[in-house]
Order: sequence, then C-alpha cells, then structure tokens
Amino acid sequence: MSTVHTTSPGDFWETDPHHHEEGASTGIGFWVYLMSDCLMFAVLFAVYGVLSGSYAAGPGPKDLFDLELVALNTAFLLISSITFGFAMLAMFKGNQKSTLLWLAVTLLFGLCFLSVEIYEFRHLIHVGAGPQRSAFLSAFFALVGTHGLHVTFGSIWLVVLMVQISQRGLIPANQRRMMCLSMFWHFLDVVWIGVFTFVYLMGMI
Amino acid sequence: MAIASNETTFLFGRLNFGAIPQEPIVWATFVAVAIGGVALLAVLTKFKLWGYLWNEWFTSVDHKKIGIMYLVLALIMLLRGFADAIMMRIQQVWAFGGSEGYLNSHHYDQIFTAHGVIMIFFVAMPFVTGLMNYIVPLQIGARDVSFPFLNNFSFWMTVGGAVLVMASLFIGEFAQTGWLAFPPLSGIGYSPWVGVDYYIWGLQVAGVGTTLSGINLLVTILKMRCPGMTLMRMPVFTWTALCTNVLIVATFPVLTMTLILLTLDRYLGTNFFTNDLGGNPMMYVNLIWIWGHPEVYILILPLFGVFSEVVSTYSGKRLFGYTSMVYATVCITILSYLVWLHHFFTMGAGASVNSFFGITTMIISIPTGAKMFNWLFTMYRGKIRYELPMMWAIAFMFTFVLGGMTGVLLAVPPADFVLHNSLFLVAHFHNVIIGGVLFGCFAAVNFWWPKAFGFKLNVFWGKVSLWCWVIGFWVAFTPLYVLGLMGVTRRMRVFDDPDLRIWFIIAAIGAAIIAAGIAAMLIQFYVSIRDREALADVSGDPWDGRTLEWATSSPPPHYNFAFTPVSHGLDTWWDMKRFGQTRPQANYVPIHMPRNTGAGVVLAALSTICGFALIWYIWWLAVLSFIGIIVVTIVHTFNYNRDYYIPAEEVRNTEDERDRELATLGA
Amino acid sequence: MALSLAGCKAVVLAPSGDVAAQQRDLLVISTLLMLVIIIPVMVMIGLFAWHYSAKNKDATYAPDWDHSTKLELVIWAIPLLIIVTLGALTWVGTHLLDPYRPLQPASATHSDNEPAAVTAEAPLQVQVVALDWKWLFIYPEYNVASVNELAVPVDRAVEFTLTSSTVMNAFYIPAMAGMIYAMPGMETKLHGIFNKPGEYHGLASHYSGAGFSGMHFKALAEDQAGFDKWIADLRASPDTLDRPRYLELEQPTQNVPPMAFGQVDPQLFQRAVNMCVEEGKMCMAEMMARDRAGGMGLEGAVNVSVLTYDKYDRRGTPRPILGWEPFQVAGICTVDELEQMFAAAARKEAVPLRDPTPMRGHGLPEPGGFFQPSSPNDFSQTAPAAGVDRNL
Repeated sequence: MSTVHTTSPGDFWETDPHHHEEGASTGIGFWVYLMSDCLMFAVLFAVYGVLSGSYAAGPGPKDLFDLELVALNTAFLLISSITFGFAMLAMFKGNQKSTLLWLAVTLLFGLCFLSVEIYEFRHLIHVGAGPQRSAFLSAFFALVGTHGLHVTFGSIWLVVLMVQISQRGLIPANQRRMMCLSMFWHFLDVVWIGVFTFVYLMGMI
Repeated sequence: MAIASNETTFLFGRLNFGAIPQEPIVWATFVAVAIGGVALLAVLTKFKLWGYLWNEWFTSVDHKKIGIMYLVLALIMLLRGFADAIMMRIQQVWAFGGSEGYLNSHHYDQIFTAHGVIMIFFVAMPFVTGLMNYIVPLQIGARDVSFPFLNNFSFWMTVGGAVLVMASLFIGEFAQTGWLAFPPLSGIGYSPWVGVDYYIWGLQVAGVGTTLSGINLLVTILKMRCPGMTLMRMPVFTWTALCTNVLIVATFPVLTMTLILLTLDRYLGTNFFTNDLGGNPMMYVNLIWIWGHPEVYILILPLFGVFSEVVSTYSGKRLFGYTSMVYATVCITILSYLVWLHHFFTMGAGASVNSFFGITTMIISIPTGAKMFNWLFTMYRGKIRYELPMMWAIAFMFTFVLGGMTGVLLAVPPADFVLHNSLFLVAHFHNVIIGGVLFGCFAAVNFWWPKAFGFKLNVFWGKVSLWCWVIGFWVAFTPLYVLGLMGVTRRMRVFDDPDLRIWFIIAAIGAAIIAAGIAAMLIQFYVSIRDREALADVSGDPWDGRTLEWATSSPPPHYNFAFTPVSHGLDTWWDMKRFGQTRPQANYVPIHMPRNTGAGVVLAALSTICGFALIWYIWWLAVLSFIGIIVVTIVHTFNYNRDYYIPAEEVRNTEDERDRELATLGA
Repeated sequence: MALSLAGCKAVVLAPSGDVAAQQRDLLVISTLLMLVIIIPVMVMIGLFAWHYSAKNKDATYAPDWDHSTKLELVIWAIPLLIIVTLGALTWVGTHLLDPYRPLQPASATHSDNEPAAVTAEAPLQVQVVALDWKWLFIYPEYNVASVNELAVPVDRAVEFTLTSSTVMNAFYIPAMAGMIYAMPGMETKLHGIFNKPGEYHGLASHYSGAGFSGMHFKALAEDQAGFDKWIADLRASPDTLDRPRYLELEQPTQNVPPMAFGQVDPQLFQRAVNMCVEEGKMCMAEMMARDRAGGMGLEGAVNVSVLTYDKYDRRGTPRPILGWEPFQVAGICTVDELEQMFAAAARKEAVPLRDPTPMRGHGLPEPGGFFQPSSPNDFSQTAPAAGVDRNL
C-alpha cells in the first residue's frame, strides 16, 4: 500500500542507460523449474506411499531389494555430487582444464549409477517382478525410473556442456549453464536420498 | 463411427483407413475445413504473406506478438468448443419420446468430452496466458519477459496440443470419458482405441507449454519490475498474474505426472489406477483434482485483476482497499490447494473429511466476497464512464455473485449429495466460468485492444454482443439450474420424461442467443478493423488509464519503453500525468533485445509429431521425432548469438514519430 | 420459488423420503443464509452503478479515496460471520446426513413434527451392483434379485450396500436420498427411506460409458403387502442368479427391461465386491490379507492371471495390441531358469506351498474370515438354507 502523493516524488524516467544484467533471471528461473520438477517427484512419492503395500500377492520389497547394491549405487551418486562441487570450484578459479576433468569424473560416476540401476531393473524384470506385476512394483519402477531418467538427461547435458566449455571456454554463458546443471545434479542427489530412505531402507524394515 | 482396430503395421502403427470416422456430420465439417484451409493457404501464398508471418510472427519472441497469437488461438478454439455446445443442446432437445436424437453415443460422448477439454485447456487457458503475456511486461515497465525464447516455445506447444485435439476429429476419435478421464473408464480395458491417447498427448504437449510459460511469467514478475516498483506497488492485474503463475508452477506438474501414470497404465500395463493387481482408481480422482481445483483459480484470478483495473480506470478513482485486495488474492491462492475433495464428496469419504473440505471451500468465498466489496467501493464516489469494458464488469458482478452463491451451496456436503453431477452443477460452473472468466476476457479485449492495435473497438456491435451474451447466458443456464433441481444428471444423451423437454428447448434458445453474441463480436472486430481510421487513438491512453501500459504508444514499439520508467507508488502513469512528467526526448541509447528464432516452432512441431506417433503406435516415428527433439535442443544450445542492439538512431526515429503524433493532439 | 419449482417436478425440492427432505432443508437454509448478503450486494451494484454514473453531476467524486479501515473490517467480517454460521450448519448436517450413518428414529423426525418416520425395525438390506449398463439389486433377506427395478416398503429404513463390476458409477434416487459412488472392488453404503408410496425414478449419475443414458430404474415405494407381493413375484421367477449367470448378465447391454431372479447365490455380492465371481480368480480380500503378511515372495510373481480382472480386456473389445504384450511372467523365463530361480530364492516359512505349479487362489490356504468355510462353487447348486440372514 502506498500513500497518495501530493507533490511529485521525483523523476519518473530513468535516463541513464538501464541495463538488465544478461541472464540475471536464469538462476531463479531454473530454481523455479526445479521446484516444479520436485512436485512431480512429490506426486511419485505420494503414489508410492499409497501403493507401497499393494504387492498383489506377489513379491514385496524384502524379496526384491539388494540393499548392498543400492548402498553402492547411493555412494556413486553422492560422490558424483562432490566431484561436481570440485568442478564448480575449479570453474570459479578459472581453471578450464580442471573443470573439464572434474566434469568427466562426475559423468563417470553418473554412468556407474545408471549401469547399476539398469542392472537392478533388468534383474527384477527377469525374476518376474516387472512394473506390470503389482501396484507396488509399478510405483517403485515409476519413482526410481523417473529419477534414473533425470540422471540420464543430466548426463547428456553434462556431455554437451563439456563440449561447449572446451569450444568456448568458461564464458559467462557457460558459467551460468554450469550453475544450472550443478543445481540440477545436486537436486537429483537430494531426491535420491529420499528414494533411498523411503523406498529402500523403510522397505527393508 | 470409425472402425476401431488395434491391428498394427510397422509403417503406420494402428492407423489405417478404418480410422476415418463414418459420420456424415464429420465429413461435412471436414470438407468445410478443407475448403477454408485451402482458401486461406491460397490467399497467404497469393499475397506472399508466408515470409511476413514466419519472420514477424511465428518466430517472434516479442511478448506482445506472442500474446496476440495466444488470443487468436483462443478465439479459434472458442468457435470449435461452442460448435460442440450447440450440438449437445440440439441432441438434448431432439432425443425425447423414444427418439435417439441425431448423435449416437460414440459421437455424443466424444463431443461433451471435447467441449470440456477444449474450453478449459484451449480457450480459457490461452486467453488468460495471452493477456498476461501482453500486459504484464508493460505494466511492470519491462521490455520483454525473462525468457523470450521459452515464451515462443510455450506458445507453440499450446498450439501443438490444440492441433492434436483437432486432429482427433478427422482421424480416429476423441476420448469418451468426460473431461477428466477418470480410470478405470479411461484405462485400456474400457477405452481400448485412440480417444484417450489423443486426450493424454494433447494435454501433455500443451501442458509443457503452460508450465514453462508459468515459470517464465513468474520469474518475469519477480525479476523484471522497473525501479521503485516494490511488490506492494504492482498493479493488481500483475499481482493476480503472479498468483496465477505460482499456481500454474505448483499444480501443472501434478497434472503432468498423473497423466504420465495413466499413460503407463495404458501403454506398459502398469497398475496405478487399475481395478486389479493392487491399483487404486480413487487415487487418480484425488490427484487430478489436486491439480483441477487450483486450475479453476488459475483461470479466474487474472480476470479478477482485469476487473480491478477496469473498475478503477472507468470510475476515475484509485482502487479501494488495494492491500486487502492483494491479501484476498493470496488467501485464495493458498486456500485453493485445500479444497479439492469437494469435487467428490459422494465418493464415500467420512463425514469429518467431507465437512473439513466443505468448510475450507466456503472460506474461499470470504476473500472473494471482500474483492466484490472492494470493486463496489471503488465505484462508490467515483465518476463511472460506461465504456464497453465497464459494462462487461457490471455484467460480471451480477452474474458472478449468483454463481458464487450456487458454488457455496454445492460446498455443503449434504446438499452436494443431491446436486452432484447434476445439471445444477453444470449450470454453476458455467455461471462462474462464462460469467467470470469469459466476461473478464471480453472486458480485457475491449479494454486493451486500443493498446495493442492503436484503435478502439466499435461500440454498437460491442453492445449487441454484450447483451446477447448476458441474456443468452441466463436463458441457457437458468433451465439447467431448474433441471438440476429436478434430479437430471449431466452427460445424458436421451431422455424419457417428456416434461423435461421444455427446459432443454429454452436452454437451446439461450445457446442460440449466445451464438448471436459470438457473431456480433466477430462483426465488431471486422467493423472496427474496417473503420480503424475513424476509431484511431494516437494518445496511447484512450481511457485515461492509471498503470504503465498506457504510458507508451499504441501499439507499443518493439522495445516498449525507450527509457525505463520509475515507480513511486501505485498507479504510476496516473502520477506521471498528475505531476506533468513527460517522456525524456533526447539522449537515446541503443536498446538490447532478444533475437527471433525458429527453434520453438521446430521443437513444438516435433513434439506434436511425436505425440501423434505415440497415439497411433507408430513406434519408429515416435523414436525418430523424440531423437529429433533432443538433437534440436542441443543444437539450439550451441547458438550463443541470441540478442542484438536496436541502434540509438532507430530509437530516436521511432520516438520522434511518436512526439509528432502526440503534437497533433494539440494537448 | 420453491413452490413453483415443486410444481414442475423439482424432485430435489419436494422429495418423498426423509433423508432427501433433510438435505433439501439444508439446501434451502443455506440459500436463505447467503441471500442475506447476496441481495444487498446486488442492490448495491445496481445503486452504485446508477448513482455514480459520470452523467450524474450531483454525485460526490473522491478520486483519491481508497481506504477505510472500518469499512474494510465490515466487508471481511460480514462474509466471515455468514460462513461461520454456514460452517457450523455444515459440520452438523454432514455428520447427521452421512450416508454411512444408520437412520435413527429420533433424528428422522420431520421438522414439522410429523411422527417419527423410521420404525424400530431393522433396516432392509439391499445389495446393489452397477453392471454395464444396468443395476442389479440383491435382497439377501429374501434371497431374490432384480435388475433395473427396486422396491422397498414405505417407512422402513433401507441400507444399500453398493459396488460396481466395471467402472465408477453413482447410485441416485433423487426422491429418496442423496447419491453415492459405486466403485469396482470397493463397497460403499447408503441409508435411505421412503415416506410416501409411489413410483420413483432412480438413475446412474456418474458417466460410465456408451449405455449410460439408459442406465436407470424404477424405484417402487410400497406398503408392506405390496412389497411382499413384489418379493413373491420375484421368487416365482424360474431364473437363478448363480455365478455363471452373473457373468452372463455382466456383459454390456443397454436399456435393459426389468428382470427377476427367484434365487441368488448368497455369496454373490461378496464375490462381486472381491472381483472373484469368475472361477479361478483370487479374491481381493485374500490378496489383501496376503499383502498385509508381506506378499508372497518371489514365488508369488507368477500369480498374474488369477489376479487379472479387467486390465486389458473388457466390454467385448478386442485385446489391444500394445507396444508390449500383456505381461505374463511365465513367458519370459524358461522352465529351467524358473526352477533355478526358485531354488536360489530363500523360501518363506510362513507361506507353505501345496504344489509348485502356478498358483491358483483356491489352491492356497484360506486367509480366514468369510472365505474360510467355503469349498468353491458348491453353494450355487444347493438352495440356500431358509432364513439366511446376511451372508457375512
């Protein structure tokens, strides 16, 4: 609310060249996007919560999950987040070579994570516990699979960004992209911690 | 009826000649559309308009042009959706006394589904998004939205969704499920052919556009406001737009995910919403309404903003209770998440759950009521000029108050038990959507048309349209209220009781009057464009406006403002006029603007093709177009050259021209 | 207005049953309560729009007047007060008229002091199944059933127990009581009563597919003698509704005339709710009991066909050719692989298997409760014992 002015409160036009800093909105824009993505995961978690007991007279989590494998997988993803952090630090120092190196390490761990997940899915389907078997499995595959798809797209993005950085260096536009991808990657980490806790750990109790 | 077959071939999936509907009505429509389409293409080619359209419109990232394209889309889809409405009204008059009417159930059930889907997703949503796109950056003194390319892409995705829904008319079928496609009816076991798939992919493609445009406008409002414009100095329309976009960002992902799960059920045989193997159809009903109720407020909130602007402008008076107006809007935004269950009190939740959601629903009427009073007291001690937008606003107030009342009635669970799914319910939501959303859109079009095109709309035909709409609305929907009280259910195709017929006849007459209203509106546009010289407005401020969009020329230059305005309070333009502040007229500087790009059109086209391929199980095409989307996206990110500067010289020429125009006014 | 609408058969405003009458009362009271604010607002819109028109030179013009704390308090307080009142009314009304709540003689007294509408008699049980596209009514007390025709004695409370065989539906007799959804695999309840004899209209009020418009029925409210005769007529019908006959009846048909069944399988409704009318299907209750015990382990992975109800194939449509064939586990592994797999997997003590072949619901130990005593399929051949109460 504002009061009614009786005298002119000042100049109404900015005659100095006013320049919105380029890409100033990108950070918050990407953040808002991540929040909307977060809601998609929220729906998947909710659906899993509703359906997690519907085994349809089939196998339940204790019959299916291999906690050691999943722990290894979790480690892969957490380490990849740390290495991405190192890539960001190298970028702030302006060290292009080191940035690229750390990004490559991140990618490697990301791919390890994906390989283990694909192995796990393949195994489950092989023993007859595919997503069609029961509502519990549908919800499990949808939640974990959506996360996996995100990691896949993150990895593709990582490759593209590495090419772009090696082509043009750490210019502001690329730095912005690094920042967005790093948010994305850490976001996936956070989601995975939720998946690990609610799906795997609590399923095994 | 088309010959449904799920036999697939590699090349065409399940698409074959049997997919062409065997309905004379559809053929006739197809012939008409084909002739019209060919004629349009011929005209465009003859006058060599393709290059102009492509360069100036389709690939444009200018928020104003995108806004106008949204409105054109909404208008075209309104005609389609309204044609569906007329067909339903005729069927319900016809099918009495043993007559089956002229539509079989396969056709009729598609029509009511399509009517709902089109009116909500492809009429109301584009109308609202288009308005926000056009007006918000101008009102906050910005030169464009935060992500101009994304804006163009969002628009074309919306078009892609509309194209898929329209394609279902001539190739295959549309869903026969009602506009929210509740499973198990929408599952593969009960809807095995392409109808529900058209529904899913049409909404998904358009939904991506809506979500991205919501993010875009939200960030624009947060980051691009001109100096001095704090949140509590934003025009009310911008406030409502902010809340709407918060709602879009916070609900459309729920719709997207719910439809993805339904898709998985249909395509992969998962068990989210199936009857068997542990699925839970009630979960779908909950999820879809968690999106669905906020959606209602996504539609109405911006129009509340429009009415605030209109009432205050034509009353020549500051908006009464700006602060409480803002808080009312925010209250509605938050509360809209806590009411979804009132759409299915009759599903058998316990009494405590039902009354909780009933009472939260009623609570929403408090801030809404406060808004109504705020408009009233804005008129109080005002000097009301009855231009067309103000007349629409008064029509809205009378209509909406009653719609709100029936809404609160339906929120009382025991009353809902007798009125749910009845024509009373149908009358209620048309009462608020036509009386609120559509009347608001028409007020907005009449209000801001001079801003967009530099001339006012014809008043006579505007009045004809207004009266036809208002009278037509009440003639069409009062009978539905009555029929609801007679225990008549929605979505019925044939009737036994001859006593009901008279009411359907009255409703059909009402629909015909509304048709006249639509025709009058089209005539209004035509006449106004024809007489644009006489109706011209060079001042840029034909209504003695209050907010920043009136501070620039009509139509605004590409860059909106040569210099960034500074806000010192509410109603910045009103203050500028009051203190005799005029635009600076020298020392122009180059202006930084985004460059046009065709990537949005290409991406949306590929998405539409991908959707079509998935609908018809043409797997190779789906895979190819999906890879295409990824590749085009990556290629687009390699383009670092996305902006340019408008030279100071060009800015000076434009602004000098404007000065000369203003001088002719002799003011 | 209410009277004039009643004249044109506004059945919702002039119902014949006590529950619907109370719902109507609540509707009317809420409307009146809201009119308290709606009417002044409408008057003000008209008044202000007319008085403050620019043409009226005498009206006060205060262009900067935009705030008044007192006024704003009032405009928030008045709607608030009305909503508080309405909210209280809603809370009480919703609990009182909850469709799950059995009717109480005291609560059913009319506002105009008519005698208590409900006799002390236990409510009449009616089991309702929404089929494609007709209504099946089973009277467990009388062991008869009818299609698309319902009769109940006047002034006796009725307890409907509802389910659906296919998609969501809603059961609605406007003159009697509000509607309630009937959903597959689920059981809902509705309590109602007729206080005036007559022939009323009942209908499906939730869109359910092609035959939806024709899915309505006659609801007869009769005196005790008439009702007894109606039951006797049903009983005289030679048609028996056993499980095979039900599966036949379940097939989609439209605009079905009333049908009568002189005998009914007493467990039919429970089987319909549990989606195991068809031979060889595992009942939902059994499945859920097993799920509560933690599922059936990896061996249970093959339990697919016994649990598949309508996922792929329904309403006479061809089995859809999807990107994926309907998933059947047995098709993926070879027999040897299966053997190996089961040998490798740790077996659960709690779920002993009777034999290693793919399991069928009835091959497994029963989870207890309703399914305990039954040996499958023999009850439909014998006439039910006289005086069967409820079949639970």
